[in-house]
Amino acid sequence: MTNNMNVRMNRLLSMATLSCAALFAGNALAQDTIKVGVLHSLSGSMAISESTLKDTVLMMIDEQNKAGGLLGKQLEAVVVDPASDWPLFAEKTRELITQEGVDVIFGCWTSVSRKSVLPVIEELNGLLFYPVQYEGEESSKNVFYTGAAPNQQAIPAVDYLMNDLDVERWVLAGTDYVYPRTTNRILEAYLVAKGVATEDIMINYTPFSHSDWQTIVSDIKTFGSQGKKTAVVSTINGDANVPFYMELGNQGVSAEDIPVIAFSVGEEELSGFDTSPLVGHLAAWNYFQSVESEANDEFISTWQSFIGNPERVTNDPMEATYIGFKMWVQAVEAAGTTDTDAVEQAMIGQEVPNLTGGVAVMNENHHLSKPVLIGEIQDDGQFEVVWATEGVVVGDAWSDFLEGSKDLIADWTAPISCGNYNTVTKMCLGATD
Amino acid sequence: MLRLFGSLHKIIVSLHAPVLRATRALILTFVVISSAPSIAQPVIPAPAGLADEAVTYINTYSNILQSFAANEDRETADLIAALALLEEPQVRTFLDTLLAGDVYVMRENPRVVIATRGEDLLAITDAITGAALGEVATRAVQRVSLNNSLRRTLRVLLADLDLESPDPAARLDAVAYLMSQGAEESKPKLEALLANEEDTAVLTQVTAALALLDLTSTDSVVRGQAIDAVDGNLNNAIRNALAEIAENDPDEALRVKARESLEGIADRIRWLGHLETLFFGISLGSVLLLAAIGLAITFGVMGVINMAHGELIMLGAYTTFVVQQLLPNHLEISIIVAIPAAFIVSALFGIAIERGVIRFLYGRPLETLLATFGISLILQQLVRTVFSPLNRSVSTPQWMSGQWQINEVLALNYNRLYIIIFCLLVFFLLSMLLKKTRLGIEVRAVAQNRAMARAIGVRSNRVDALTFGLGSGIAGIAGVALSQLTNVGPNMGQDYIVDSFMVVVFGGVGNLWGAFYSSFILGIVNKVLEPEAGAVLAKILILVFIILFIQRQPRGLFPAKGRGVED
Repeated sequence: MTNNMNVRMNRLLSMATLSCAALFAGNALAQDTIKVGVLHSLSGSMAISESTLKDTVLMMIDEQNKAGGLLGKQLEAVVVDPASDWPLFAEKTRELITQEGVDVIFGCWTSVSRKSVLPVIEELNGLLFYPVQYEGEESSKNVFYTGAAPNQQAIPAVDYLMNDLDVERWVLAGTDYVYPRTTNRILEAYLVAKGVATEDIMINYTPFSHSDWQTIVSDIKTFGSQGKKTAVVSTINGDANVPFYMELGNQGVSAEDIPVIAFSVGEEELSGFDTSPLVGHLAAWNYFQSVESEANDEFISTWQSFIGNPERVTNDPMEATYIGFKMWVQAVEAAGTTDTDAVEQAMIGQEVPNLTGGVAVMNENHHLSKPVLIGEIQDDGQFEVVWATEGVVVGDAWSDFLEGSKDLIADWTAPISCGNYNTVTKMCLGATD
Repeated sequence: MLRLFGSLHKIIVSLHAPVLRATRALILTFVVISSAPSIAQPVIPAPAGLADEAVTYINTYSNILQSFAANEDRETADLIAALALLEEPQVRTFLDTLLAGDVYVMRENPRVVIATRGEDLLAITDAITGAALGEVATRAVQRVSLNNSLRRTLRVLLADLDLESPDPAARLDAVAYLMSQGAEESKPKLEALLANEEDTAVLTQVTAALALLDLTSTDSVVRGQAIDAVDGNLNNAIRNALAEIAENDPDEALRVKARESLEGIADRIRWLGHLETLFFGISLGSVLLLAAIGLAITFGVMGVINMAHGELIMLGAYTTFVVQQLLPNHLEISIIVAIPAAFIVSALFGIAIERGVIRFLYGRPLETLLATFGISLILQQLVRTVFSPLNRSVSTPQWMSGQWQINEVLALNYNRLYIIIFCLLVFFLLSMLLKKTRLGIEVRAVAQNRAMARAIGVRSNRVDALTFGLGSGIAGIAGVALSQLTNVGPNMGQDYIVDSFMVVVFGGVGNLWGAFYSSFILGIVNKVLEPEAGAVLAKILILVFIILFIQRQPRGLFPAKGRGVED
């Protein structure tokens, strides 16, 4: 009991000291800077993808400061390294908010890192901008999802294959973790609903960094040689893609016979190797570097001069970071403060022009409306756009094709203000998992 | 934005036409037109200046290219369709270049050019006159874009032209390609070929191609003869056509006949499938052996748990990358040069690690483990700092890519084949080294009984350093081989360290042959399990199997014997 009392007293005391310190520090800092947290892995297996996004945020901050800062203050980046270690993402989030006092965080790549940050960011009422395409089935008051939801990437891609390339047999190949499994569950339900027989769907999972693809590629070849047009829908993530495509090339699987459409392969991933054997394979994104527009040309040249490398490529998560950052700046200006609740409400309805044309809008469910593009890989590592949606597609937090989630919607405006509102029972199911 | 979606819409429309029908129509026109060129109609409208004289406008190679370049909304599909009607000799070369993606249109002063990539600039030549036009920046030209359906159209066109090629190999490839695409409209040409062909291989293939077309004939007698003709043929298109007859043919007798024909080859196909799995297993085994053999020396012979072994492999792979950068024009031999270079680099790193850290920790396995783990992290970060965290691209020389097509069903990848041979060679040389040379004898002496070896005058310090260097150097060589199979990046070593330890522990510590057998057993078992269990479960099963095996045989497959063995 006394022990408990002591602890409590101690805690109270330290809290008092802390808040005093915070008050002083806060005052002193308030005049100088607005702090922006950057939570991307700079070491470990995800460094390959995430370090680029760290540089993108730094570039955006740099540009914003050159243009006079925000609310009359300069922006200051606080960069931490969660080292591709999922629990460390949660710790670093806590550090950024409580110790560094950042007003917003740009970060995460894998879904598992986002899931790890989620409870912390909700508890501390922070703000996270998540810039990567993901499996959906989530909407948090404290997170803005600027990457594609499944209906902005996977579903249009399958539609394209089905309608334009007359594909009848499907291989769903993915890395064994939450994003591919959920996406493939949605796709399988969608294909079955479209009348595809289950024996025409082959599902295959491989471990992270899988490097021996001989058997799987050979199986895909056999599966695809039954006389019906076959395509591979790939949610293979990260490093494993390089040996996968190499094996496809070596076993002579050409894009004209069995096209592979990838959701995680962009310009950055392709910059690692010679793409001539892959010419014609596909990828679905909301952005390609090769799209010609003035905004995109400017973005590319700013990026290449910022990074000091005229060969450096841009990719979809970079555009998502760009849009998220611009929207945040606009929302802070509209709200006149960096306070989380005010900014969160001001975010909804913000519009930022896409780099590829059209305007991205932040919806009530914290997801963007964006165009969907499908590109074919060229031998210079770029994509040639072969198909695009007519306008923008509204991001759907909860898939319409899964049993448990088709009645759910997310709407963070009054009167619903809920991330998983059931439209049938008219009830909010509470916090997301 | 409107412009963007406008042009995208066109692409969509052009893609909407079912590929097959478009190609067939194209070839049909091609065949018809080539026999009577006078009825050729201009597909591409004449340029504005010539519009009034449309009557005199002739579709020549140069006219088509000029009007294509002058047109704002140029459609590659129209260009190909127009060119397909011509018989001019330049067309063939131009279509090849187009397929390779080297055809561009200049943005200013539009004309069609052929470009070759230089350092930053493109060297361009005029596609009509062939005159060199100097070098321009990438942005000054726009590539004539292709997509999958256009690429297929082009390939069918080229294959159709190749049927008349003087080279029998080209004719053979052309027939095989047309067969796989079911290009019915080439039938007259194939029949003409059948009459004049002298090369037996091509003749066999043409006969099969014609029989394949007969399988879909409306005449049941023709179908019956075709089934006899293709009996025993393993070609995929033929098997699909037979399966279609066996399922849906209106004639009962033909259904039975097709089914019998299919059953006749089913056994052979199953056996070839087993052979393929065996090859995959041996190939995986050779990769495991290459990665593990260095460890079999440092861990097996010296008893050092070297967690940085994977990073030494990575250094070897990065050495391959550097060698390729230094010899940009000698891609074919750079990989050969990289082998000794990688050996030296990794061996030097290994010796430095041994002299700098490990020698102070002999006999303290736990500390060695932690220290070498730390070294592995340092090496990873070193590579990240020097080369960037992004993967590096190591090119595969021409002689290592592609497949050795043994028959219609079985084909072996050249890169895998070379790596198996290379692995056996390395193993052979290494065991010779340990058996025949003075260093080898000293290494074995120190491994068996350090104190006794020292007593008879072996400088055990020097032997330790050299042994560790040898093991590390072999890891470097493994890195050269792996750079041809997988990513070259800072983390690549991590993917092989666990597998390597598995091989060494399973094979028996202190025994090279143990590592040899265990890698091939693990490789083959893994590949046999994989189709049934999936890649993830196969790995788990292997791990469980090894754990159970170690319970029964704690010293692995080939336990070290003799008095020197400590308990």
